[in-house]
Amino acid sequence: MKSYIKNMSRAAMLIAAMATTSCVGDLDVTPIDPDVNTVDKALNSPEAMAQALSKVYAGFAVTGNVGPAGSGDVAGVDEGESSYWRLWFVAQEFPTDEAVNGWGDKDLPTLSQVSWTADNSFTRAFYYRSLYQVTLANEFIRQAAAYGTEYADTDRQVGEARFLRALAYYHALDMFGNKLPNIEEDKGVGAWLPQPWGQSERGPELFDFIESELMAAIEVLPAAAEAFVGQANKDAAKMTLAKLYLNHAVYRGQEDVAYYQKGKTMVDEVIANGSFDLMDADDVAGTDAYSPYEFNFLADNHTSNEIIFAISQDGNYSRTYGGTTFIVNAATGANKDNMGGGAWYGTRTTKALVNLFEADDARALWFTDGHNLEITDQSLFTEGYAVTKFKNMKRDGSKGDNASSEFVDTDVPVYRLADAYLMAAELDIRINGSVSATSLDMVNELRTRAGVGAVTSIDLDFILDERARELYWEAHRRTDLIRFGKFTGGDYVWPLKGNSLPDGGSISAHYELMPIPPSDLNANPNLSQNAGY
Amino acid sequence: MRIKLHNLYSLLFAMMLYILPAHSWAQERAVSGTVLDETGSPLPGVSVVVKGTTKGAATDFDGRFQLLLNNGEDVLTISYIGYTSKDITVGNQTSLSISLSPDADQLEEVVVIGYGSVKKDDLTGSVQSVTAADFNQGAITSPQELVNGKMPGVQIVNGGGSPGAAATIRIRGGSSLSASNDPLIIIDGVPVSNEGVAGMRNPLNTINPNDIETFTVLKDASATAIYGSRASAGVIIITTKKGSKGGLQINYAGNVSVSTPTQFVDVLDADKYREVLVAQKPAVEGLMGDASTNWQEEIYQNAISTDHNVSVAGNIADVLPVRASIGYNNSEGVLRGDNLQRTTATLNLNPKLFDDHLKVDASVKFSNIQNTFANQGAIGAAAAMDPTQPIKNENGEYFSWTNPDGSPINIAPANPVALLNQRTDVSAGNRVIANAQLDYKFHFLPELRANLNVATDRIMSEGETVTSPEAMFNVESLGKGLRTEYTSEKSNDLLDFYLQYAKEFGESRFDIMGGYSYQHFYTENTGREFLGDEAERGVYVDRYENYLVSFFGRANYSLKDRYMVTVTLRNDGSSRFAPENRWGLFPSAALAWNIKKEGFLAGSETISALKFRAGYGVTGQQDIFDNYPYFGKYTRGNEFATYTFVDPATGQIMTPMVDPNTGRNVPYLSLRPEAYNKDLKWEEATTYNVGIDYGFYDDRITGSLEAYYKQNTDLLNTVDIPVGSNFNNRVISNIGSMEARGVEFSINTKLVNNGDLFWDLGFNVAVQDNQITQLTQVESETYLGVETGDIAGGTGNRVQIHTVGHPAYSFFVYEQVYDNEGNPIENMFVDRNEDGKINDFDKYHFNQSAPQVLMGINTSVSYKNWEFSASGRANFGNAVYNNMAALNGHYNDFETSGQFLGNINANALETNFNTEILLSDYYVQDASFFRMDNIMVGYNVKSLFGDSINARVYGTVNNAFVISNYEGIDPEIFGGIDNSFYPRPRTFMLGVNVSF
Repeated sequence: MKSYIKNMSRAAMLIAAMATTSCVGDLDVTPIDPDVNTVDKALNSPEAMAQALSKVYAGFAVTGNVGPAGSGDVAGVDEGESSYWRLWFVAQEFPTDEAVNGWGDKDLPTLSQVSWTADNSFTRAFYYRSLYQVTLANEFIRQAAAYGTEYADTDRQVGEARFLRALAYYHALDMFGNKLPNIEEDKGVGAWLPQPWGQSERGPELFDFIESELMAAIEVLPAAAEAFVGQANKDAAKMTLAKLYLNHAVYRGQEDVAYYQKGKTMVDEVIANGSFDLMDADDVAGTDAYSPYEFNFLADNHTSNEIIFAISQDGNYSRTYGGTTFIVNAATGANKDNMGGGAWYGTRTTKALVNLFEADDARALWFTDGHNLEITDQSLFTEGYAVTKFKNMKRDGSKGDNASSEFVDTDVPVYRLADAYLMAAELDIRINGSVSATSLDMVNELRTRAGVGAVTSIDLDFILDERARELYWEAHRRTDLIRFGKFTGGDYVWPLKGNSLPDGGSISAHYELMPIPPSDLNANPNLSQNAGY
Repeated sequence: MRIKLHNLYSLLFAMMLYILPAHSWAQERAVSGTVLDETGSPLPGVSVVVKGTTKGAATDFDGRFQLLLNNGEDVLTISYIGYTSKDITVGNQTSLSISLSPDADQLEEVVVIGYGSVKKDDLTGSVQSVTAADFNQGAITSPQELVNGKMPGVQIVNGGGSPGAAATIRIRGGSSLSASNDPLIIIDGVPVSNEGVAGMRNPLNTINPNDIETFTVLKDASATAIYGSRASAGVIIITTKKGSKGGLQINYAGNVSVSTPTQFVDVLDADKYREVLVAQKPAVEGLMGDASTNWQEEIYQNAISTDHNVSVAGNIADVLPVRASIGYNNSEGVLRGDNLQRTTATLNLNPKLFDDHLKVDASVKFSNIQNTFANQGAIGAAAAMDPTQPIKNENGEYFSWTNPDGSPINIAPANPVALLNQRTDVSAGNRVIANAQLDYKFHFLPELRANLNVATDRIMSEGETVTSPEAMFNVESLGKGLRTEYTSEKSNDLLDFYLQYAKEFGESRFDIMGGYSYQHFYTENTGREFLGDEAERGVYVDRYENYLVSFFGRANYSLKDRYMVTVTLRNDGSSRFAPENRWGLFPSAALAWNIKKEGFLAGSETISALKFRAGYGVTGQQDIFDNYPYFGKYTRGNEFATYTFVDPATGQIMTPMVDPNTGRNVPYLSLRPEAYNKDLKWEEATTYNVGIDYGFYDDRITGSLEAYYKQNTDLLNTVDIPVGSNFNNRVISNIGSMEARGVEFSINTKLVNNGDLFWDLGFNVAVQDNQITQLTQVESETYLGVETGDIAGGTGNRVQIHTVGHPAYSFFVYEQVYDNEGNPIENMFVDRNEDGKINDFDKYHFNQSAPQVLMGINTSVSYKNWEFSASGRANFGNAVYNNMAALNGHYNDFETSGQFLGNINANALETNFNTEILLSDYYVQDASFFRMDNIMVGYNVKSLFGDSINARVYGTVNNAFVISNYEGIDPEIFGGIDNSFYPRPRTFMLGVNVSF
């Protein structure tokens, strides 16, 4: 009996002692989930580095780690609304003559009205999305230096990351100006406060950084002919540089013709290298159900040689409620069967865009059944024509591959040869005051493809209108209107501008820049708000 | 051994005598005795004190004691925890045999606290306990329903009328913003995880309410701080019924109940619909059908439920107290198809071995749950579906809105009946909680106890959802069908060990306890889905774990049974934090003054109890839903979130890697760096509490009054961080503080107590509020705060906000403008900042979702064999956002695109709104209410068929009625947003208890 009790107390003591000593060590945990690893275990192979780089790309195409939604990258916004291209499209198109949306989503109506306030959810979300892309690229570049030194592809991959970072910064610069935070590459994660790039909204600091990064990336990026569809290439970097130069007077706050000349050089190189070819009658096969212009906006637009750089979208592998899924589905209503995606009854266009087109222009792709041209109520989808330019239909008339057809296959055409043609013509005029014969021919190539008459002389106003006709809904419009001085003020109005119907009204000049989100101003005292907010 | 121990005791006894005051040596006489329990077994450790002095002894191992008495010292007070104290007049006896009988009120007198129990009189903290006799009655499937309304400051809100629905429990309101506000729940000494389990409605409903003996709530920090880092939201200790003394007794309890829906969302019926639609939207009247369907009546039913419990309790061969029970519950929900089946089995063994030196409490609780979930999407759909459409069309197919091409319009309301019938959702789960608690009283030192508790809690569940190929409400699976499978496995392993030393020294009593606790939580969730015959997809395996290691101690000191001091300290280590922040120290101190025992009150006839308590303590919070928040990680994305490269030569998507979850070739699966915060640490709550416990007229009136102030600092809070400094724009951080305060009062009265007629009446009330005192790193006057409170309507719309200087979850809306008749004017709001524009800066803080006053009232009457009881609750100062009216209460909701119709909320007829106005204070409605939770009438049949059988027959009505001005379906909605709420039914129950 005694020994029994003794043994028992000994056992109890032993258990207690063992538990106390060994189990404090259990507090040092490492992930046990097969999908989660610390960085040293995660980035242990060339394949893993490719996966890490693919996340930097994926941040432009999808919204998180689980498609279509469930583990979003950006907080504080509905995940579907946090898509890079959805937000960029919303910011570039909704405040212009090209698109109106009437959903009751928080802060969405004020975008079409150009009456947003400092804490607008969509401008905030794009701020965080674009700078998240910068942060992701920084991380990849840092980790490539730590874990990728022995791999053959690392230099090229770092070049791709630098291009993608520059692209995100470029879009952010366009929206928020030169006072954006400088997310220094070597800082990493921690309690540090980024400094603004510059002290004034318009200035050279961020512009110069993007320029030098793109120049460096061009050296290591693959040529377009050697790149996969969806992969960064030299011409994508050159087009971004050309855009930067073309808009330099806005971004830097003063005009310098030298930048137009640099821009022209870039555009000329892209056009001249022969990788790209305007989709026209020569490209049409017997099975095609659409016109060559539309090939650029269909579910199988990866077959279009006209696209210089696209963000890949795939209804199965890249499921998202953003990107082209948003563009197509939000524009779809009763014409669902001809659009190939879901019907979300949201976005349509204004009479200001429709009226720019001549009667037979093949680029005027509207669905008008049941729709009025006039908009008297923003919330009614049937007021304003529905736009059928982007579709989830393949060239042969079949639907995209996703079984539900809810997720769209159509790649995002970021840069097209047609855009390069129009940029060349515009740069000619901005440099020389008139368009060169070559550039004029290229503009007429576009017009001929569209089935409208060639022009003999063009000026800047024509360029702006032709850009709308050729490039509408390709997320260039707000930038273009600002460059031409027509976005704010009352010189040029369209329905809903200044929250005014049916024709639109004047808006304050401060809307040329989007507000820095108050949430970041609160978190980082180094930053300051753009004027007017 | 026995002899040697005896010698040791003799030695100790001699030493004790030696240290007794010298004056007591005069003219003594010796008296010895044995103290026995009611079964005749010796009781060791019994206190034997000479009445009126500090002199005394404790009985030894054999229940024996010896004392030397002076002249005039003639009365001994014999007392022992759990037994009725006795005064014995010694007279001429020199050898006494004293038997103690168990205190009938034992369970009321001894209160379980963290790592032990304490006499109620000795309590220093704010602890409230409800025992089985006082539980709510009726058709109760979840344990927390047993005590709803019984304790001031304890708010229990179930998630709706679904059987066994999860409930939200808030003790003294919430005090954390991003971290958990759920109290720590401890079942028979086993702290269980609050985390939900896939396929289980509510982890707590795996415990059969019939097996519960006590439900104790530790409220203030001096009581909870012994649980340190998990105690900030309060602690609930549940103990289950155990074997009793005496022979085996068999008890059967069973009932059958009928639940009936009490209220529907106020939408237009078919006739009214036709009239209003034709007037408002004549352009689309052609879309109307010929039917008259009340969709809400179609989806709800009268639900029948049964409950059977058999238990055997007793003491086998007088050595093995045992209780075993089996329970079966089958509950239907009022939403058609909703069903919960629960089978439970428990076994409690509580033997005392080695002459009661080793006390063993072993328990196994098993439950099997079979759920059939009704598709709750039908609730919102029934309020939005056009009532002129038939359930099925002439082809016998469910009516559905379609595009011209015949495909379903997926933004149109789905057919509610199809939602119920064309999707099955079932799950099954098992849970076992097993523990063995060994309490060993050292033979050589009975004042010293060692307590070892080893426990495991395991949950395994699996479920499957099948959508029919015919279901028009799922565009993707149409024609194919969709099957989703999931599993969940959780374990929670515990080892607690402590030593406790208790000693009395004359008028002083103290006990010191020190211990160690180790707990490991593990979860694995898996899932996959199958679209038609296609290969599995969406495969995931999630695994995570966390550990808590703790050291704790408590010291109680009591002087003259009047002055009590308790000090506790806990040192907690959590695997959720980096080594330098990992350990948190949580102290508490409390004192109590039992004023009744002071001379000036001792003789009072009026005041039968009076105690003052004051406490202070620091508790923590580490439950942040992320198990690895402090270091960097990369997470692999799934196959649907990849970036595709297309080979221009082939037009094919590149699939260069193999998905480890499916084995298929896929594009590169993303590796995403995750945000982390290496500086993360405990959230801390400091609580001050004062209280008075009182009793009047021989405790015919009892109760307590308490006041508390609580300050939470270093709030674990998901906040905006400087963009670029981490891999997310919001990261969990220790930023912010808030404070809460409140007053609680309870009174329980025995109004009548005369042989045949008993009438008890109890009432409690809590007044509470909270305020956020800091939210951001940088102070900002213009910062409005963190918006919260997602609503239905648009995307991203929210109606609540956390703002410094206001309560958490305050409503934040526009101020509606009304016309002369008092009707709201559509889209017209007050320009509160007078800048000529209506924007975010015109919103204002208007009301809050948490009640400011909570009341509970209960009464019971028994007359001879009849009994009657009733209990109810009231909340005041709480508001609910009537999302159903805001979302559907306007005429444009009749049609969205000219393609389909929807029903509108009848509120539109009052407002005449055409468009959706979501963010108006018009929809934030006062939701103060009184709810009669249950009414019971019972009849006791005593001595049926001789003496051996007792029976009770009773009937109850649960959720008898609600009084409220709130216009929506139910004013009691946790979080304050009324959107597609599963209505709470009224339930009529007939029950019988038989014991023999």
